[in-house]
Amino acid sequence: MENNELNLPGYEIPEDVKNVVAVTTLDRLLNPVYNWGRRSSVWPLMFGLACCAIEMIAAQASRYDLARFGMEVMRPTPRQADLMIVSGTVTKKMVPAIVRLYNQMPEPKYVMAMGACASSGGPFKEGYNVVAGIDKFLPVDVYVPGCPPTPQALMNGLIMLQKKIDKEKISQVRWYRKGHDSVEIPVPILGPDLIDPRRIPDIKAAAAQPVTTPAQAGG
Amino acid sequence: MTAPASSLTIDLAARFPGAVSADVRPGYGGFIVPAEKLIEVATAIRDEFGYDLLSAVTGVDYIADNKMEVVYHAFKTTGGPAFVFKVQVPRENPVLPSVVNIWRGAEFQEREAWDLLGIKFEGHPDLRRILMWEGFEGHPLRKDWKEPFFEEEVKPFKSRWPDGKHTFAEVKNPFRDNLQFPADFDPEKVTFTDPEEALYKSLKKYHSETRDGIETDHILVNMGPQHPSTHGVFRAVVMLDGETVVSLKPVMGYLHRNHDKIGERNTFLQNMPYTDRLDYFCSMTNNFGYALAVEKLMNIQVPERADYIRVIMSELTRIQNHLIFLGMFLNDLGAMYTPALYAFEERELILDIFEEVAGARMMCNYFRFGGVARDMGEDALRKARELVFDRLPGKVDEMDRLLTENEVLVSRVKGIGYLSAEDAIRTSMTGPMLRASGVPYDIRRADPYSIYDRFDFNVACRPEGDLLARYMVRIDEMRESLKILGQALKQIPAGPIFPGKPQYQVKVPAGESYGRVESPKGELAYYVVSNGKPNPYRYHVRPSSFVNLTSLEQMCIGEKIADFVAILGGIDIVLGELDR
Repeated sequence: MENNELNLPGYEIPEDVKNVVAVTTLDRLLNPVYNWGRRSSVWPLMFGLACCAIEMIAAQASRYDLARFGMEVMRPTPRQADLMIVSGTVTKKMVPAIVRLYNQMPEPKYVMAMGACASSGGPFKEGYNVVAGIDKFLPVDVYVPGCPPTPQALMNGLIMLQKKIDKEKISQVRWYRKGHDSVEIPVPILGPDLIDPRRIPDIKAAAAQPVTTPAQAGG
Repeated sequence: MTAPASSLTIDLAARFPGAVSADVRPGYGGFIVPAEKLIEVATAIRDEFGYDLLSAVTGVDYIADNKMEVVYHAFKTTGGPAFVFKVQVPRENPVLPSVVNIWRGAEFQEREAWDLLGIKFEGHPDLRRILMWEGFEGHPLRKDWKEPFFEEEVKPFKSRWPDGKHTFAEVKNPFRDNLQFPADFDPEKVTFTDPEEALYKSLKKYHSETRDGIETDHILVNMGPQHPSTHGVFRAVVMLDGETVVSLKPVMGYLHRNHDKIGERNTFLQNMPYTDRLDYFCSMTNNFGYALAVEKLMNIQVPERADYIRVIMSELTRIQNHLIFLGMFLNDLGAMYTPALYAFEERELILDIFEEVAGARMMCNYFRFGGVARDMGEDALRKARELVFDRLPGKVDEMDRLLTENEVLVSRVKGIGYLSAEDAIRTSMTGPMLRASGVPYDIRRADPYSIYDRFDFNVACRPEGDLLARYMVRIDEMRESLKILGQALKQIPAGPIFPGKPQYQVKVPAGESYGRVESPKGELAYYVVSNGKPNPYRYHVRPSSFVNLTSLEQMCIGEKIADFVAILGGIDIVLGELDR
């Protein structure tokens, strides 16, 4: 941010210190500095699900080099990570683990759905063990299309995330709100099929209907 | 190229008169063995006829005949085509004896057949679900089991083509999601089977004792599915005595994307891009195996130039896979980043060639039945020549020099994770794993496909059977691949790359076929059954990483927990292929 953007109009600054001193309000200064720090050191979770993970590694490697965005520090533990790149097909067997990982990440945290599978199920959507998009469970910030997205596409997604972070306001972000710490996503249960605890009443009601599934309807 | 790869040179029916009969269905081959005679016949196949390597065990649901069929493909490690035998069991009560005691390599594949088809193998030491979780409803690959987003039996779905209407699958499902539950299912009242319980029971019992007046106990460590060194979503439950591994169970299925079921709904050609996503490092070799399997059924000849392009692509794939292997393996051993970054630099150059010929870096979808999708242009050939003749030999030497004589590396890998040649064969290891145990078995030489019989190359093989040997075999193999590439790039003729006009819908005669290739990770094979319709009746992938894990427990017991990571890295698994 330039000095003249920061400076509030109406305050005269002597000519000889014009490029050194700025007079501004706390709010106007804090948000850009806070966001700049945050967006320049997004630490992704070292977490690969499928094919997309390889492109994620390629984006980390020499040719594409995510270090230019301050994102080269991959953390294997969710407790130190800011960004979860859901890089690949989310299966029903895996989704309880993914939700747990998300719950363990400290705020502020962001989720990126990388590739067609994480966004919507992709080519495997019809599969019986596939969750049709991670957004059924987690709040997604950025979707990156592609199967798999090229490293360039992933980088574009990361730039979009940075733009999103730039627009945040300290006074409004969810992680400074009262009572926010208690917000955890309930971990899905593996029963006869995947059960989302938030949807138990729906499941009960739909199962009580006479013909419930295509299988029972005989196709 | 004849129809099903099987050898009728051995007359099993004459050896077991009255019990065993030849499979005479048109397009099929091999023998049908009654379930009660299976153990006797299988022992004879291994010991008398010498088929010591059991490659694939899988089931097919012949719902019209009310039968389940279990198909076995056995090979000789000295080379030659497959020996196919089958067991037919009634659909209502599919029970047959397990062959685990004859070929231990059947262990995971029998579990898979139980999981997906509900076929029971009596005498199996640990018959649990393997890809789905314990407590899941139904056996998905049965023909009368429908997935929640079921639309029609086969593609192209009428709603999409020719009418072109599309509604979200969620709208049609009563649960508005990819879910199905039994009628009157009440999640609050049902007690669920704990998917973990059976798993922990299958491990060795906890053992506590008093040593020097101190009570000691075994501890249980869960590694994965989210762990930086399990190469994806693989999970292993390890029981430790101090730091030493006492018992270990791999847990798979966290990336089970229902390849086989989706493959049965697809048309033959629609499966090609799906094969890319099996072993996502090596889409070209995946394509190769599937193309071979279907070409065998269709009985078509591949033009000369296309064959050369196929070989060039698969060998480039092998080099980039092994480079990544080196990088990741060294990462697992603690040599963070440098080898991996070096490997990725070369890989990018190979991927540039793939991108140029196929249009995509990773998911190439390049092979077609009878040829390849696009010709390899002059520019791509020039790039390949530059890489193969000028750059890569030096880079492989550099990697070799940089790492192989490094004392820290050698002391970490020498003598670790030993697997003898007998055990490697018995557990159906293939690829570099088998060759590092001193068995020179390479499908490119043992049962040559495509035009591999024309090239002069050595089968990389090391007798030590430890991690260092596995590492060295990969380095040797890269050099051999460069040799093949050098010859192929010099000999590649001009000409067509596809016979006739490309077709959207291919006609595949009824029958079965088993197409296998030496993928960089081992034997990758496809078992395809056609009934003459536009879609495969059964589409099964025999993944190399999956079967190669059979010996993981054996290799790890007695080693340190830190070595488990290295041993797993040495197998070179990839989850897309492992879980499918």
